[in-house]
Amino acid sequence: MRSHFDNELEILNNELIKMGSLVESKIEDSIKALINRDTALAKEIMTRDDEVDDMEKAIENRCLQLIIRHHPVASDLRLISSILKMITDLERIGDQAADIAEISLLLADQEYIKELRDIPKMAEATIKMLKNSIDAFVNKSLDLAHEVIAFDDVVDDLFDIVKDDLIDFINRDIKYGEQAINFIMIAKYLERIGDHAQNIAEWVVFSITGVHHSN
Amino acid sequence: MSKLSIRNFNLYYDDFHALKDINMEIGEKEITAFIGPSGCGKSSLLKSLNRMNDLVEGCSINGEVLLDGKNIYDKDVDVNTLRKRIGMVFQKPNPFPMSIYDNIAYGPRTHNINNKARLDEIVEKSLRGAAIWDEVKDDLKKNALRLSGGQQQRICIARALAVEPEILLMDEPTSALDPISTSKIESLVQELKDKYTIIIVTHNMQQATRVSDKTAFFLSGEVIEFNDTDTLFSIPKDKRTEDYITGRFG
Repeated sequence: MRSHFDNELEILNNELIKMGSLVESKIEDSIKALINRDTALAKEIMTRDDEVDDMEKAIENRCLQLIIRHHPVASDLRLISSILKMITDLERIGDQAADIAEISLLLADQEYIKELRDIPKMAEATIKMLKNSIDAFVNKSLDLAHEVIAFDDVVDDLFDIVKDDLIDFINRDIKYGEQAINFIMIAKYLERIGDHAQNIAEWVVFSITGVHHSN
Repeated sequence: MSKLSIRNFNLYYDDFHALKDINMEIGEKEITAFIGPSGCGKSSLLKSLNRMNDLVEGCSINGEVLLDGKNIYDKDVDVNTLRKRIGMVFQKPNPFPMSIYDNIAYGPRTHNINNKARLDEIVEKSLRGAAIWDEVKDDLKKNALRLSGGQQQRICIARALAVEPEILLMDEPTSALDPISTSKIESLVQELKDKYTIIIVTHNMQQATRVSDKTAFFLSGEVIEFNDTDTLFSIPKDKRTEDYITGRFG
């Protein structure tokens, strides 16, 4: 029975990794679409949202089946309940990447008011957070999970820089307002993605130690 | 103060050291579950708590079991009085081959209660306490052996309650029962908690999580971990507990 259960947990782990890399590529592509004004890619990202939603449902279903069949306790229960929470964060990240792609469509035919520098940096930082949070989960690494949690400050600081920069633009000339607001929304989505990656890392800590960061 | 204090308790079956230096405090009106693989000593300890082990040939003990501060193994302790205070319900329902009424009245009668009105009162109260009164009240003369397994077990619980014990020991009370009867006994155990201190040996881990406040995990005659049930089943401290409750061995 236990070996069957272990196999099922292994499959669950693999599916979570798959969902993580799918979501990771969505962030990457949404920023690529923004930088390159690639409307085809932006549209594709938006349609890819169903794929993430389907994976969330499939993993959730697998978790519930495991709970019903195996009545997991202790580390098994913590693992499965953490996965149930993590997939919600992954799904939200997927939505936010699609939201960025949607805004990039609005901006595609416009001359950008400034060269994109800090937004790609933010994207890079959130991708790193997400990747490390999933790695921390797979390798059961508390150190890496704590690193992700701490790294959220980097993303928050970048958001403040982007925000101040855009406020300057609006103050200089109100004609920059519309685009500045769109960019600030993109930056805010990235900042939220950082928060979700941090949540994932906190669930990793919980699944290993039984203690959640918020307690 | 604890209702029961088990202090440096050891038990031997001839040369076999079956319980090793057990120390445990059992709180009043708490439900404590004993879990562990077969042969780990949990039933031996349960039986030691009302001296059922006195009847086992070759069995010897040292250490103390304090009931309200008094060692139940002291020479001046009367075993019958002790077993009135600490009742027991066994794995297989074992009603006496007599009427439902006489099953319940048996204990009180041995303690010299023979007044019909008083016995009627005790029988009703005990059957109600064991959540079986409504099912049998119109047929108290029926032979208890003609009841279903689940009903027989509740009769045995009623029989234990009839002598108004303070502690109820239950040795796998639902392992011979179907899920519905099991569920009834589990609800009953929860209700009994208001009045009694309960210790339950169970092989069913889910049952331990459902009914008990505290859980003790036994392995090879030792208590490996004794903690709040919620904690033991979510963040066990000892790897052996973790391995057992997650089914890695046992």
